[in-house]
Amino acid sequence: MEVLLCFVVGILFSVGLYFILHRHFFKLILGLMLFGLATNLFIFVIGRLTRGGSPIIAETSEVALEPFADPVPQALLLTAIVIGFGIQAFAIVLIRRVHQSFGTTDLDDLDTTEKIETPEKPEFE
Amino acid sequence: MNKLLLILPLLLPLYGAILCLFFWFRPRAQKIVSLLAQLGLVSASLYLLLHVNSAGIIKTQIGSWPAPFGITLVADLFSCLMVLSSSIIGLALIVYSLQGLDGARQRFGYYPLVLLLQLGIGGACLTGDLFNLFVWFELLLICCFVLISLGGTKAQLEGAIKYVTINIIASSILLMGIGVVYGTLGSLNMAELASLVRMPETDTSLVSMAGMFFLLAFGIKSAVFPLFFWLPASYHTPPIAISAFIGGLITKVGVYALVRTFTLIFAINLELSLPLIMLIAGFTMVIGVLGAAAQKDFRKILSFHIVSQIGYMVMGLAIYTPLALAGSIFFIIHNILVKTNLFLISGVVAQRHGSFGLKKLGGVYLLQPVLALLFVLSAFSLAGIPPFSGFWGKFMLAKAGFDAQDYTIVATSLAVSLFTIFSMTKIWNEVFWKKKPAEAGVENTTHEMEPESAAARTTRRLMYVPVIFLTLLILYIGLYAEQLISLSGRAAEQLLNHELYIHVVLSK
Repeated sequence: MEVLLCFVVGILFSVGLYFILHRHFFKLILGLMLFGLATNLFIFVIGRLTRGGSPIIAETSEVALEPFADPVPQALLLTAIVIGFGIQAFAIVLIRRVHQSFGTTDLDDLDTTEKIETPEKPEFE
Repeated sequence: MNKLLLILPLLLPLYGAILCLFFWFRPRAQKIVSLLAQLGLVSASLYLLLHVNSAGIIKTQIGSWPAPFGITLVADLFSCLMVLSSSIIGLALIVYSLQGLDGARQRFGYYPLVLLLQLGIGGACLTGDLFNLFVWFELLLICCFVLISLGGTKAQLEGAIKYVTINIIASSILLMGIGVVYGTLGSLNMAELASLVRMPETDTSLVSMAGMFFLLAFGIKSAVFPLFFWLPASYHTPPIAISAFIGGLITKVGVYALVRTFTLIFAINLELSLPLIMLIAGFTMVIGVLGAAAQKDFRKILSFHIVSQIGYMVMGLAIYTPLALAGSIFFIIHNILVKTNLFLISGVVAQRHGSFGLKKLGGVYLLQPVLALLFVLSAFSLAGIPPFSGFWGKFMLAKAGFDAQDYTIVATSLAVSLFTIFSMTKIWNEVFWKKKPAEAGVENTTHEMEPESAAARTTRRLMYVPVIFLTLLILYIGLYAEQLISLSGRAAEQLLNHELYIHVVLSK
């Protein structure tokens, strides 16, 4: 199972990166989301997978029964998902605004800040 | 007592921001609330610094969970210095924005955002928990995202999209690093991690890998050499009040986190990481300053200089001696003040002359001699001319480099200083010294500029207040350098004395 998940994480990362490098806005958003998902899954896997053992301590005993799943990575994961959700929502709105005001879906068209010092009207006219 | 001291720098901006949200439709009330909150923050962090200076490192456990399980807040001298300088900058910026920012942006949540950004910076500097560090970084980043795109002009949106994309990737990488640390060592508390990695029975083979994740993530956030391209593409796009704040502070928080993690947790197998950091530092300095030489826009020159100065801060980490780290700390504090001040000066110039382009500006010296003087003081300080603050930072770094026999990096840093002077001279010549270029067709010398109205003059005077305040601080640091030098020296000793940190945090 862990081996399979490792490959899934790897594929998610590569697809995410490929989409981020793509010129289209929509692919950029998809890429960012996939990259975030891959990160979450990565934490989940690297926190070690333990199936079927919950870390709940029975009333009669002092410690949890081994083997139990470590709850901390899952807690981290939840926090990361929530934060990622907020940031992705912001990114989607931002990209929509960019699309509205630039009228393009191509990231290569966003190069005006590189030449911001050029005067609005040509100097010798 | 410790509890309150450590929590106040976080609570004040948080409550200020919440109060500001209650006054959403009354910008004037927001101004008063944020000014008061910011004043409180400055005094709280000053008091925290004084307390830590006399009583040593202090900590508190949030929710009273014992140390390695709950979230710990720790304040040592370095974090106190960061919190104090960021709050001072915040105060100067809020005073500046009272006049220097357009009303529309002020109405749409500028003040609460700035306060929340302060909260994020304070949290990132005071936390003693790795995952908590990530959360604070996310908080300050999302505030930066909104601040950069606030107003939604074309240039801002374009800068924001680059900034957001690269920072989301950096955060993901940071998260992965934290995951690797937890997976291999089984803890997130920085003090416990620090003691774990130094135990001989711990398997540290993967820790260096996690360290590389952190180096990459914080490297992107602090804009070091191969990862800095987003910075000059986005920092100059928002109005000057915002870009001064973000440009002056956020990259330094990245450097802070880098120094913190690499002195505390990844301080093993240093023979692998330090040469890499050294290489990064050298290239960052050189590329930044060369990039600045090619620019023709006031703010873009300053943006590239941020990159170049980051190199100096990282250089102290790369040399890794007490003196070098002290130099880094000194340099970070000095740079936060000077860089913000230079951005503010560019804003004052643009407010009067309506441009940031070097080609369009000119003759400012004739019209505003005081401003020219303020600029010269800051610029000399940035370049490191002896009596000013930049000199002491560079002197400490260079001496540490000579002591450690890293002659290449010292030579590089000194050469880069020369180029910094070159850039500052360029701004001086173009903006302040040369005649104002004639507008198309109209004979327009500096003496015939349209007279200012009385209202505009008071506006401009008020904008001078934070600039003069920061310049005085810079002069103070430069002329009475002894205090800050000894402070940063002791801060560096605390950084390298990990047993003290571990003992304070893990003790009952």
